Amino acid sequence: MTQLKFKDNVFTVSAGDTVLDTLLEQGHAIPNNCRAGACQSCVMQVTKGNVPENSQKGLKDSQKAKGFFLACSCTPKEDINIQLVDTEQLRISASVTEINKLSGDVVELKIKMTDAFEYHPGQYVTLWKDEHLGRSYSIASLPENGEDLCFHIRHVQDGQFSGWVHNELQVGDALSVQGPAGDCFYTSGNPEQNLLLIGTGTGLAPLYGIIHDALKQGHTGEIHLFHGAENPTGLYLTDELTKLAQQHSNFIYHPCVMNIEQSTVKNITEGDISKIALETVPQPKGWKSFLCGDENLVKALKKKIFLAGSNMNDIYADPFIQSK
Amino acid sequence: MTTLYERIGGEAAVDAAVDIFYRKVLSDDRVNGFFDDVDMDGQIAKQKGFLTMVFGGPNNYTGKDMREGHKHLVANGLNDSHVDAIIELLGETLKELGVADSDIAEIAGIANGARDDVLNR
Repeated sequence: MTQLKFKDNVFTVSAGDTVLDTLLEQGHAIPNNCRAGACQSCVMQVTKGNVPENSQKGLKDSQKAKGFFLACSCTPKEDINIQLVDTEQLRISASVTEINKLSGDVVELKIKMTDAFEYHPGQYVTLWKDEHLGRSYSIASLPENGEDLCFHIRHVQDGQFSGWVHNELQVGDALSVQGPAGDCFYTSGNPEQNLLLIGTGTGLAPLYGIIHDALKQGHTGEIHLFHGAENPTGLYLTDELTKLAQQHSNFIYHPCVMNIEQSTVKNITEGDISKIALETVPQPKGWKSFLCGDENLVKALKKKIFLAGSNMNDIYADPFIQSK
Repeated sequence: MTTLYERIGGEAAVDAAVDIFYRKVLSDDRVNGFFDDVDMDGQIAKQKGFLTMVFGGPNNYTGKDMREGHKHLVANGLNDSHVDAIIELLGETLKELGVADSDIAEIAGIANGARDDVLNR
């Protein structure tokens, strides 16, 4: 039995429960979102005692040194004193510069940061509407040239944040940004390695950033992008990607849909994206893979690509976890 | 005198073996049913711990951990035949990596030593 002290109250943490579970049960309003250690909404600070290493996964070294940890992934092994972190320490404000429609239910959101912000394309941040409502999105832009940060935001049915972005948000409006986090990004040092990128829906966003990053850094190995959707209207940036493939002989674009119906997209393939990808690249041994989008698909693909011969260390997976 | 762990290459040998071993386990219909729902990254870390142990390296495994960690699998039918299969796949992995037969036998012996704890008896 461990105890935690928060705001002068002492609570007992039931076996297997997290700090977040315990505080929410006690009626404390702790910001939280994915509850899977990804969005970093539930960052707290330990002021006495130690928290398990896994509860600091993904945080910056400077934050770990301050005792920051994620309440949703913290099952304390000893008594701890904890406090909330002033969100001003975690978030940078930004303003909307563009909102463009990419497809029936996806918009491209561009924002300008008010402060210096370093990231790798493909990492994700949590965007906050206000103190309480935040959601994580992958970064599709490149940090060079002072380019605005770019995100692809799908209008989720009854989605609070995406509904706000699609229906209310205007150019010039403010929001704040927390992060970045995640290790799904291009690393230089092996320009000849072939890359396999597979994404569904807005899983394209991080891959779009990674592809541009790789090409900019002079990647010479093959870069295969498989972008999947239910039907052709779910695909987007098809013209840009087709053009990019014409400009770079080592970039190959494979749009895939479950139901082809009528399509104006060239060279589209109908069927299961996992199957199509592994038929095209049957031996991914030595390749580096980036898998983004639907959680179940990403998990299944990770296993398939590993079994087909890829090293586990060469597979980067970014499953999109629906907020609870 | 060198230890078994040093002889076969220490941590580097674990790293070389883990992907090959785990791939064999996931591809083998006799045992892969027990690995269906687990998180692959967590599983790789556990496999590394297991390989370090059976290679005679520094590890924190206790009989109690082994019992706790496999209890739910025993309830789902884990038995001697599955332990046999795992030891067989371990041997195949080591053979592929060019480990001497005498060392493979010693490693299989260490793995076999955990059998009763794994099967909770």
